[in-house]
Amino acid sequence: MKTFFRHFAEIAVMLAAVFAFTTLILEISGASAMEAYYHIFRGSLGSWVRLGHVIKAWIPMTLCSCGLLCTFRIGLWNIGVEGQMMMGAVFTTYLLRLGAGSNMPVLFLIFAFIAGAAGGGLWAWIAGLLKTKGGVNEIFAGLGMNFVAQGIVLWLIFGLWKRPGIASMSGTELFPPELWLSHLTAVRFSPAALLLALLAVVLTALMLRYTHIGLNLRAIGSNPRAAYLLGLKPGRYILLAMLFAGGLAGIAGTIQVSDVYHRLLPAISSNYGYLSLLVVMLSDYNIRVIPAVAFFFACLNVGSIQLPMMLQLDSSLSGVIQGVLVLATLAVQAWKSEVRN
Amino acid sequence: MRILLQNIHKHYGAVKANNGISLTIEPGTIHGILGENGAGKSTLMKILAGYIRKTGGEIVIGDAPASYRRPAEASRLGIGMLYQEPLDFPSLSVLDNFMLGQKAPNPPFSKGEAGGISAAEGEIPLGPPLKKGEAEIRERLSDLSRKFNFTLNPDAPVRSLTVGERQQLEILRLLAMGIQVLILDEPTTGISGEQKERLFQALRKLAAEGKNILLVSHKIEDVALLCDNITVLRHGTVAGEMRKPFDTIYLLEMMFGFPPDTPSPSGAFPGKQLLVMEQVSASGGRTGLKNCNVVIRQREIVGLAGLSGSGQELFLRVAAGITPPSHGEIRLRDMKMNGKDYHAFQQQGVIFAPSSRMEEGLIAGLSIAEHFTLLERQKGFWLKRSASAEEAKRRIEKFRVMGNPETPVQSLSGGNQQRLILSFLPEEPALLLLEHPGRGLDAESAHWVWEHLQSYTERNTGIIFSSSELEEILMVADRVLVFFEGNIIKDLKTEETNIHELASAIAGRIS
Amino acid sequence: MTNEIDISILLAGVIAGAAPIVLASLGETVTEKAGLINLSLDGSILLSAMAAFAVALETGSLIAGFFSGAVIGATVAATVAFFSIYLRQSQVAVGFVLTLMTRDLAYFLGNSYSRVPGPQVSPLPIPLLKDIPFFGTVFFSHNLTVYTSLLLIAFCWWYIYRTRAGLELRAVGEHPEAAYSRGISPKKIQMLYAACGGCLVGLAGASFSLCTKPGWGRPQGAEGTGWIALAIVIFGGWHPVKAAAGAYLFSFLQVLGIYLQGIFPSVPAQVFQVAPFPLMIFTLLLMYLAQKESVRMWAENKVWMKAVLKFFSGTAPGALGRAYRQD
Repeated sequence: MKTFFRHFAEIAVMLAAVFAFTTLILEISGASAMEAYYHIFRGSLGSWVRLGHVIKAWIPMTLCSCGLLCTFRIGLWNIGVEGQMMMGAVFTTYLLRLGAGSNMPVLFLIFAFIAGAAGGGLWAWIAGLLKTKGGVNEIFAGLGMNFVAQGIVLWLIFGLWKRPGIASMSGTELFPPELWLSHLTAVRFSPAALLLALLAVVLTALMLRYTHIGLNLRAIGSNPRAAYLLGLKPGRYILLAMLFAGGLAGIAGTIQVSDVYHRLLPAISSNYGYLSLLVVMLSDYNIRVIPAVAFFFACLNVGSIQLPMMLQLDSSLSGVIQGVLVLATLAVQAWKSEVRN
Repeated sequence: MRILLQNIHKHYGAVKANNGISLTIEPGTIHGILGENGAGKSTLMKILAGYIRKTGGEIVIGDAPASYRRPAEASRLGIGMLYQEPLDFPSLSVLDNFMLGQKAPNPPFSKGEAGGISAAEGEIPLGPPLKKGEAEIRERLSDLSRKFNFTLNPDAPVRSLTVGERQQLEILRLLAMGIQVLILDEPTTGISGEQKERLFQALRKLAAEGKNILLVSHKIEDVALLCDNITVLRHGTVAGEMRKPFDTIYLLEMMFGFPPDTPSPSGAFPGKQLLVMEQVSASGGRTGLKNCNVVIRQREIVGLAGLSGSGQELFLRVAAGITPPSHGEIRLRDMKMNGKDYHAFQQQGVIFAPSSRMEEGLIAGLSIAEHFTLLERQKGFWLKRSASAEEAKRRIEKFRVMGNPETPVQSLSGGNQQRLILSFLPEEPALLLLEHPGRGLDAESAHWVWEHLQSYTERNTGIIFSSSELEEILMVADRVLVFFEGNIIKDLKTEETNIHELASAIAGRIS
Repeated sequence: MTNEIDISILLAGVIAGAAPIVLASLGETVTEKAGLINLSLDGSILLSAMAAFAVALETGSLIAGFFSGAVIGATVAATVAFFSIYLRQSQVAVGFVLTLMTRDLAYFLGNSYSRVPGPQVSPLPIPLLKDIPFFGTVFFSHNLTVYTSLLLIAFCWWYIYRTRAGLELRAVGEHPEAAYSRGISPKKIQMLYAACGGCLVGLAGASFSLCTKPGWGRPQGAEGTGWIALAIVIFGGWHPVKAAAGAYLFSFLQVLGIYLQGIFPSVPAQVFQVAPFPLMIFTLLLMYLAQKESVRMWAENKVWMKAVLKFFSGTAPGALGRAYRQD
């Protein structure tokens, strides 16, 4: 009970600090803070349609976060998740372009998911190989691979897959509607995608908690030398964790293409990969908290779209709130461990 | 300067690295601090040098009690230390290393003249451009080098120097700073005989000038050769003191404890050849491993004796396949094992148990039961938690580990961690390689553990273990290999030797 | 005749275009020399660009603009350093969060300055020197920002390798424990040079919005520069002059990209922006390989391989990214 209250107090103090900072920022920009919060709330949870948008943002973030949890478990900073998502989107687009005009759209959609997972997995696997065989830090390898993926996306949009006549930042040509994931009409999100994300949460939780893979990842992440002496092969598990994270990120990319935009865009990843890193940090690497934090982040992202329209503010306020939250959490953790010693 | 250390304590949690040490260092003498690894020598010296802060006690320098908290403050009082792990800058030149930490020879530039990038930069005086004072510093370095007969190229990067030359540089730097008390931590490891000779000459010269020299070492013959007084440390306390002339045997007994009367090895009859090493060499550690020729048989218990860092650690790792040999051949039974890793050795029944518990032996954050899960190599996809919990329970009861299956290993005490690592050993291994299996155990549990280990020999298991306690080796081993500077200099049956012979042998003296 | 003018103008363009990247790479080199990685560069540059533009517009003073840019850059870098040194949090985590946050903060606070005409640095060809054929055009026909970037390359080199303070800076990045044993405080030095490096990064941001790509907007055009600078620091082997060379190489590739686009019209200009990143990975890979005994033995008899390995054998500061702990 006592720890519960202390926990509660910590969170309250942290939220108050973040709230104060955000309010200050809003005041500096000359807007009414309360109005801004109100519009973010209304814009995200104000109607079923808006909730549908939130869920559309929640799905890829949750998928990426699940994958990242595995790489964090083994002690890797998989910053390349953004590029893994893009490569998933690229592979998916390739498959769906093949499927255009075929009479078996469902088959192509299924293959598109597999291709997405393969694309993301491939990109992560390369970063993993660079780490295990080439001694290249996964952060720099991942960052580099992100930009290469971005280059590939741009090259495809402006070159190989450009829209007939005009190539522009608005992306490739739309796919025919039979290659879109089907929607629930009331809320406009795909139940299949939602199911997939929920499945990913459950499977990741089960895997990390109840299987040998989960235990081995944790063992190697905590002490690779001892894990080796106890009979595990760290290099192999690093590649495995990267493949898993990349695969899930790739599927997130597939959903961005087949469900959200129905084409390949330069900004196809919507920054969700990077945001997922924040989600996992803020969740304190706990799978049970991740869906909630991802939902909160999705609400902020979707709700703040209202800001330019209603208050002539930039929608990036969501990013500021998210960043300050994580910084505040890190500071609180530091303070806690200081107290403990 | 006369230095008094009074009742010095340094505690790391429950571990008492220094537990009430008092000693006096007379000016103009060379004072030896002798003791095995982990006796608390380095900790005590780092406290004197201001590098770490003491938990309790008092330091008196001259007539006045001194309180200081930083190396810089200690060096202002005239105390300087040559650390065991060289605290220098390998990528910088000899001259840069010499200069760092010393005051600039000329008054620094004014802030404005230097023109900083920002206002904040003015806080550190830029000093003159290095070139300007360089000639003078070069001069000072070469003067000092000449005085002690050292040869150092001021423009070479420190990374290209030998260990001995790096030491010479540090000594010169400390002297240039006006050090009166010079502490040297294990200065004779890893340097050539000629360099050692030069070092000792320099130290004698400094003592004759009235400076205090503190020589920390576990090498008894070095300390005995050079010092005027010796203080022996053991388990964080003073085990005894001695003035010149020294009785080596008596010093050894103070270092290692007084030997008990009757050794009683298991006396099992050795069986077939198990591990064969032919001309095996490997690099690593302080001395490497040089041309090892060894045959270990089934049912044999072999102790590895030697001062720490003489090659026995590397020997165990090479025998386990963790460190690959650079030359020679390793065979297990009749199988050539060169080029195979530890996991391949494991499959042949070779099990290695490391001495650094939290670094290599155990995984912080995992519970005892989870360690058994890893060990069991369970089949299938899902964890069988209850099975490993039961196994864990059985083993921790048998090995008297104070904890339950859910206890995270990092919260166990050192002795319990050690027993836990021993409880990981499988039922019927072919060969056990144990690093300091008795370290951190009290007499009673050490006795019990050895009884248990000796029972392995009934199942044809061979055991090789390293130990810093010679009595332990005499008590339980059938055979002892004595390591010195990376070589096996003796291979004896324990019943045909005694502690005095072993003690001389580990110091490099073979009769 | 015409050819010569073309080349000199092209090179002048390379030098002018590279100015902010040079500043950012120098700043990050200084910070990393002290052992700290400031991963927040990309957002830091945008926030200081925004602040510089806004302040310059409001006060009408370019100097105030540059100053506020530098202050913002230093503050962000000092935050990373503070979290790492005093709160013992991962440099990478904090830097990464700050990258995202400062970028969004820049967009949010800068919203009302979007697409507003504002002050910008005017060209200042140096009399007499600008008339030197070829070199005059390449080096002396720019504005003050560009001259500053050129001077700072020399200054950083001089400061790091030729002053006592620079020696202490390198010492801390190399082996903070040894520096401590010699009376240098690693914590203070790291805080100081994180802020100094951050200052340069802030100046890089300011020179974007006041000079290279004048004005503010979403996107500003400086996006991605921070990551490129991080890559260039590695490519430059943590040497300020080599890093600056890397920045010019990158700028050259960009200018070349415009020409190349004429030849390969299907390849968009953005693709050429990617070039530094595979190079960065390649550099890191070669650095790792150059340390391996087996690779060195293999390269022993191959002259060009040895040259390649030697070029890439630059090593990171010994304690880079490793937080210093005091007992």
